[in-house]
Order: sequence, then C-alpha cells, then structure tokens
Amino acid sequence: MFDIPIQALMGQLLIGLINGSFYALLSLGLAVIFGLLNIINFAHGAQYMLGAFGAYLLLNKLGLSYWWSLLIVPIVVGATGVVIERTMLARLYKLDHLYGLLLTFGLALIIQGIFRNEYGSTGLPYSIPPQLSGGKNLGFMFLPNYRAWVIVASAVVCLGTWFVIERTKLGGYLRAATENPQLVQAFGINVPRMITLTYGFGVALAALAGVMAAPIYQVSPQMGSDLIIVVFAVVVIGGMGSILGAIVTGFGLGLIEGLTKVFYPEASTTVIFVIMAIVLLIRPAGLFGTQK
Amino acid sequence: MKRKLLSTLLAAAGLLAASLGHAQVSGNVVKIGVMNDMSGLYSDVGGPGSVVAAKMAVEDYLKASGSKLKVEVVSADHQNKPDVGSSIARKWFDSEGVDVIVDVPTSSVALAINQVTREKGKAFLDTGAATSDLTGKDCSPNTVHWLYDTWMLAHGTGSAVVKQGGDSWFFLTADYAFGHALERDTTEVIKAAGGKVLGSVKVPLNTQDFSSFLLQAQASKAKVIGLANAGGDTINSIKQASEFGIVQGGQKLAGLLVFLSDVHGLGLQKAQGLQVTTAFYWDLNDNTRAWAKRFAAANGGKYPTMDHAGVYAEILHYLKAVDSLKSDDGTKVVAEMKKLPTDDILFGKGMIRADGRKLHPVYLVEVKKPSESKGPYDYYKVLQTIPADKAFRPLNEGNCPLVK
Repeated sequence: MFDIPIQALMGQLLIGLINGSFYALLSLGLAVIFGLLNIINFAHGAQYMLGAFGAYLLLNKLGLSYWWSLLIVPIVVGATGVVIERTMLARLYKLDHLYGLLLTFGLALIIQGIFRNEYGSTGLPYSIPPQLSGGKNLGFMFLPNYRAWVIVASAVVCLGTWFVIERTKLGGYLRAATENPQLVQAFGINVPRMITLTYGFGVALAALAGVMAAPIYQVSPQMGSDLIIVVFAVVVIGGMGSILGAIVTGFGLGLIEGLTKVFYPEASTTVIFVIMAIVLLIRPAGLFGTQK
Repeated sequence: MKRKLLSTLLAAAGLLAASLGHAQVSGNVVKIGVMNDMSGLYSDVGGPGSVVAAKMAVEDYLKASGSKLKVEVVSADHQNKPDVGSSIARKWFDSEGVDVIVDVPTSSVALAINQVTREKGKAFLDTGAATSDLTGKDCSPNTVHWLYDTWMLAHGTGSAVVKQGGDSWFFLTADYAFGHALERDTTEVIKAAGGKVLGSVKVPLNTQDFSSFLLQAQASKAKVIGLANAGGDTINSIKQASEFGIVQGGQKLAGLLVFLSDVHGLGLQKAQGLQVTTAFYWDLNDNTRAWAKRFAAANGGKYPTMDHAGVYAEILHYLKAVDSLKSDDGTKVVAEMKKLPTDDILFGKGMIRADGRKLHPVYLVEVKKPSESKGPYDYYKVLQTIPADKAFRPLNEGNCPLVK
C-alpha cells in the first residue's frame, strides 16, 4: 500500500486539487445562496448541467467558441435564475426550508428530464479549446494545459467572490440584509433586488463551472445530479452558508478523494460521506459554521 | 347431501378448470416486462429504445405469423440497483401478471433477476448484461442469455489486441459483477496467449473523473490499458485518456465493451481506431439496414445498439415458442426456446444451448476515422467475423450445473 513513489503521489494530489476546484466552485454558489437567501438550492446540479449544454449549443448552433461561452453562458443561465427567484422562490422565504428544497428539487428533475428526452443519456462531445490543448510534462506527471487553467480560473473566481462578500461595502450590505432585512431596507437599500441578484449570481457560478467542465466530462443531462450530492456534502462539511468554508473544504475534499483513489479506489465515491458523518458528529454546524 | 356432493364436485371442477387455464396463456395475455436503466449512464444502450424494439417485435411477429396471441409490453427503470430490480421483478411476477422479463443490463441486477425468475418459475431473456456467470455457475432453466457475454468480449477484443503485440495490460475495472467478470475472462485470454497483467484498479460505477486512475495506468507502463467498464464510464475514460496524452505516450486503449451509442457520444475524432467486439451492427446487410431505419424512425432518429437488436430478436423467438407450446409457463417456454432453432433477420440462423447461451456469429470491428465515415452512425468497419462456435465459451467449460 505504501510503495507508491512520491512522484506519483504528487500527480495524484494535483489531480485531487483540480477536482476540488469544481467542488469549490459549485459549493461556493450553494453557500452564497444558502447564506443569503436561506434556500437549499437543489437545482444547482441542473444549473451546472445547463452551463455545459449552453457551451455545447453556442458552439454547435452559433459557432461561438469556448471563450465566448465562458462569458455568455453564466449571464444567460444566471438570468434564468433571476426569473426563477422572482416568480417562484420569492414566495417561499417565509416558509420552512423544506419548501425551497422541494421546489428546486422538482425544477432540477424537470430540467434534467427535458434534456434527457432531447439529447439522450450518453451525452455530447465538447472539445478542449485549441489554445489550451496539449500539456506539459512536469516530471512527475503530464499536466494537460486545460486542467491547469481550470485550477487557476476556479481559484481566482473563488477568492474574488470571497473578497466581494467579506471585504467590500456591497458584501457588507448583503450580509446585513440577511441579518436584518427591515433595518437595511430602512436605510434605503432595495433588499429584494439584492436578494434576486444574489440568487442569479449563485446560479451563474454553477453555469460557469458547467462551461469549464464541458471539455473534460461528457456534456450529459445527468452530469449535475452525479455531482450535486457530493457538493452538498462539501457544503455541509464546510458549514452551511460559510463562504470560506465552502472554498476550503471544496479543495480539501478534492485532495482527500484523490488520495483515496490511490490507496483504496473502491471507496473513492464514499469517502466524502464518511467524512461528512464524522464532522456532523463532532461539529454539527460544520467546520467553519457557527451555531445559531 | 346430494346437493353438497354436487357443489363439491363443481368446486373441484372449477379448480381444475382454473389450473387448466393456468397451463394455457395466463390471464389470456402474454405480458412482456422490459427492465433496464431508463435514465442513467446505461440508458442509451438499452433504455427506452429497448421498449421500442420490444413493441416492434410484437407487432412484426403477430403480423408475420397471423398468431392470435394477445401481447402487452410494460417497462420499468431498475436504476442499476439490484434491490430495486428484484423488487420490481417480484411485483411484476406476483401481482401484475408479467410472464417474461427482457433486456436487464447491469450484471449485478441481472444476477438478482435470474434468481427471482427461477424462484417464480417465469422466464428471463437477458440481452443487456454481460457477465458470463449467467450461463456459467449461475445458469438457470428459466434464463436465456441472448446477446453477448464477458467471455465473448474477452476472446474477441482481448485476443485481437494481444495478437497485435499488446502483451502487457493494466485494467480500469468497473467495481461490480460485470467489471470483475470481464477482467477475469480477459485475464485468462491474455495469460493463455503468453501476455501478462501488470495491475488493475477497481473504479466505482458511474465515476466522472478517471484522471487519477489513468495516471496509475500510465505509471504501470503497460502496453495496453483495458477498459473493463461500459456506457458513460467508458466514454469518460476514453475522453480523459486523450486529454492526458495516454495514446500519444505509446499506450493503447482497449475498450472491451463499447456500444454504438458510446461511439456516437464520443465522436469519431476520439473513438477512431478502437477495436470492438459486437454481436450486431446495423450496416451488415440489407435486412439489418432496413430494420435499423425502421427502428431509428421510431426512436427519435437514434440507431439501434446491439442491445436493441437483441431485445427484438429474442422476443420474436419467445413468442414463437409460446405459440408452439400454447402456454406461457416460464420454465416450459424456455425449454421450448432451446428446442426450436432460432432464425431471424438480425442474427440469422442459430440456436440456444442447454446452459441458456444463444449462439450466433459476432464481429470484431474497428471504429472508422472521421474521413472514412459517410455520416452519423456510419462508424464501424468489420475486421473479422467470428463464427458462432468460436465466439462463445464451450459448453463444458462454464461449470453450468444444467450441463451434465
């Protein structure tokens, strides 16, 4: 078991970090939405899938490259999020968490069903953009350029989001509005609009992750549902609603999962849930969460 | 007293009639249950397409034979979970009058249904599952394994690759009954041909990211990376192998079970050059072409996989056996299916062996280059036709208890 050379191990750790960057991006969106809206957004996986399909459709119907998709798709999918928030979610804020969960879960099933009906389950191919094809030999492993890009882009987006929410005035308003919406509104800030845009932003993050995933995984209707359960576990471990928690645990669990794939691959899909169970037993609010 | 005797007699006669009726077609209708993965990673292999194939078979059989049978097709999603599959099977057999279950990909589920069907004395015609244990140690008088199995895949693709110089292997194996059986059977082929297996890694079903496993395969320095997986897992492994420069690095991929739908999903650019063993390809002859066109028209333009063809053909043969017996008693119909020679437009003439194995020729094909393909679904060129008697495991080597 321990005869794995250090070089190979470094390769595996890097791979884990890359997968972790997807977990971080997705759980970040979930954490933002939960932290500010108190909605458990079960449609997140479907919105990630929409991002990937958006990239595919832009390329094949309109001939727009990956780079355009990176810009356009999050905006468009984010806009659908705004519509969902305005027409449906906004009615649920006063009710129990369960209602938001059921609504978004239902939406996820509907969206996935429509795409499966239209495109089948095998999914569609999407190629790596030519600027990022190929890779570098790092000595201990062959690192595809695209994966290097994913890890950098995701880290930048995660840190940027964290910075905006925790360190700027806009973020301050947002956090204040979740603590006491009436008071913030009294200061002349349009709280409902801010909440709507926050949901749109969370959804856009999911779509962005989807675009970034399209060249690596198959663009398929169930790509989100495969991932979303893991991402929920990440959010729970990090502490529901904690931005920093989502980012750190996202990358961290990617690493742990990567190690499991080397030492005991059979458990690689279960390890995150084992960790979740342990964390919940020891710190019910999650690693970075605060007990309310 | 007399009246009492009379009523007892009547009741007895009623019972007798009921049991006689049972020996006929139960409930006056032959009910076919198509069970497979309707929504997950295997659903383009079988899925709703298998229901289309089943309905076509019923329609075609009734029209061609002029039979008066009443046939109904129902379907269910087993979600690739053995517990879900067996509880559907029990419900179907016990309370919904289903006489025969068809398709059932995912070996772990198929082995469970195999057990339930035998217990209930019904019929199970499997096309989708690969494990050769269905006609080996787990063989059953109620089961026919129509299409392919791990032994056939191992001997078709495996021995072709070894012959071309691929004598050291590393396996990426789906971690359940199917992957294990496929790795086992391929390993035997490799060893018999003088090659060796350097290692393997068991990957959970429905994994998204294979890069970690591909790196392990790369580090093993094996000449061939054997993909003992299927559906979405195969697609993601091939796609990511090209990203990590596995093939450029001099290693060869051997997709041991690849369906037409997988090639379609990968695109020829990524799939070209793969050698695949298949029991059916739509572009074999005029009959298969005509059938495939009809099928595609009913299936949203998607061409049939070998699984769809298998479901179609086995139902034709099943209905023929029901008609010839005038009964849909599972055990008897399967025995009759084994007695009657098989003959259909998709697989030609063949037979079903005592262990439940259906015999037909299979094809070693190579995926075309994008420049060779004339359009969607023109994907394979046939390298070799393996005759029925060479394609499947010899009867005496499977350890099937039915074979004495």
